[in-house]
Amino acid sequence: MEHRHAKVVVIGAGPAGLAAAARAGEHGCSVLVIDDNPDSGGQIWRGDHGLRARTWRARCAAAGVAFVHETAVIGESAPGTLVAGRPRGPMRVRFERLVLATGARELFLPFPGWTLPGVFGAGGLQALVKSGFDVRGMVIPVVGSGPLLPVIAAYLRGRGARVPIVAEQASAASMRGLATGLLGAPAKLIQAIRLRAALWRTPYRTGYWPVQATGEDRVREVKVSNGQRTLTIACDALACGFGLVPNIHVASTLGCHITEGRVDVSDLMRTSREGVFAAGEALGVGGVECALVEGEIAGLAAAGAEDEAADLRGRRARARAFAGALSDAFRLREELRRVVDDATVVCRCEDVRWGRVRARSCWRDAKLQTRCGMGPCQGRVCGPAMAFLRGWRVGDSRPPVYPAGAKDLAVALGSAGASAAPDERGLRERTNMEPER
Amino acid sequence: MAESVRLIIDGEHADVPRGTSVAAAILNRGTWGFRRSVEAEVRGPLCGMGTCQECRLEINGEPHQRACMAMCVDGMVVRTGRASD
Repeated sequence: MEHRHAKVVVIGAGPAGLAAAARAGEHGCSVLVIDDNPDSGGQIWRGDHGLRARTWRARCAAAGVAFVHETAVIGESAPGTLVAGRPRGPMRVRFERLVLATGARELFLPFPGWTLPGVFGAGGLQALVKSGFDVRGMVIPVVGSGPLLPVIAAYLRGRGARVPIVAEQASAASMRGLATGLLGAPAKLIQAIRLRAALWRTPYRTGYWPVQATGEDRVREVKVSNGQRTLTIACDALACGFGLVPNIHVASTLGCHITEGRVDVSDLMRTSREGVFAAGEALGVGGVECALVEGEIAGLAAAGAEDEAADLRGRRARARAFAGALSDAFRLREELRRVVDDATVVCRCEDVRWGRVRARSCWRDAKLQTRCGMGPCQGRVCGPAMAFLRGWRVGDSRPPVYPAGAKDLAVALGSAGASAAPDERGLRERTNMEPER
Repeated sequence: MAESVRLIIDGEHADVPRGTSVAAAILNRGTWGFRRSVEAEVRGPLCGMGTCQECRLEINGEPHQRACMAMCVDGMVVRTGRASD
């Protein structure tokens, strides 16, 4: 098994990870970035050769930052030693300082028909198109919530799809509040206007949310409603996302404090665990500006350049304030909790329907009694959905944090070598991961 | 023009540009269902970024591989799980 070691190890190669890696590398640290994707850039810079993405990639290269891609951190076999799974077998990585830049994933909320093939996440569809999915000529409504919806609609149009509607669940009133808030951030305002222009042929309807998707073999139609009026829209595919959820599984497995689904950090991005830093969306969804400055702070602090890191705190505070205004404007409405019916699948891995899970008392009870959240995605999809639908706390996590083959785990455990034996909350508790039926 | 790679999807040759994910290659053939759920519902990709596990299928004999995270390479053999076998 391959062993690697670096002074600073960064998990995640999105904007926060790249900024952290570059800054630590520029201060003379050996830096290794571990990333689950085939390329650096995370979700936001996937396939992006824009100036900022290029700049940060180049700074990493100049600073001698090493990368391992298609590699998912599974857990920690001993304090300071991570185990990661890769297509060509597991690896161990020792770190002195660790930066968690694990980003965010899309929030999906269940509604009847959302499991039909052709219903994609909004960011999910964009990622698939970036990796070669040809959507020319397809009719694709974009529904859900958040500032990314119009961005994604514009992207899909640019790739030849027809977007008949962007349905934003937030009300016009809360959107107007956002527009006022934007005046404090001119660069963002210009960006918003540009997007509006790109969208001029696409109706952007606020206060509409999806209530049903239908189709035999795949989605053919979606209904959106504002509570009084329902619009039925024929489609070839549906892009649907309700914002983003911080990825905290790795942080939580490493024992970092989590509050309300976000990793707790100091103003220098220190987590509750000595030597472990976190930056970007894992601290709460904040957008790319926020991720970059937090990545810089984390990288500098991890390298011991604390004064330099402290100078960036003002920039970070402004980016976080903007993110806060956004999240208020796109707050999810009550009605979204009433779209599910008893037959709606909530947990897609285990096919657990709302009728079975809604009466459970808490997340743990739901897991034990219904297997909700116990499948291969480990509650990454249904967990946040149930947190919204029922108000449950779903933060708990234990290794392996990612579906890992028994092979990888066995090898990781079997050849502990010079490093200490796996600790108790390490890799022993295998595994409800691989569906064996 | 991007260089292309040839793989086998459900027993048929497919030529796709290098850099295409397995998920994109399958969708481009008009196949939207990738697997059967535990109650035999047909499912396809959702998250597109390796999280949801809905696009799992068999790659080179290994089951439960995420099609959205795997890049097409020459000689790859991919099998979707649409049939309830």
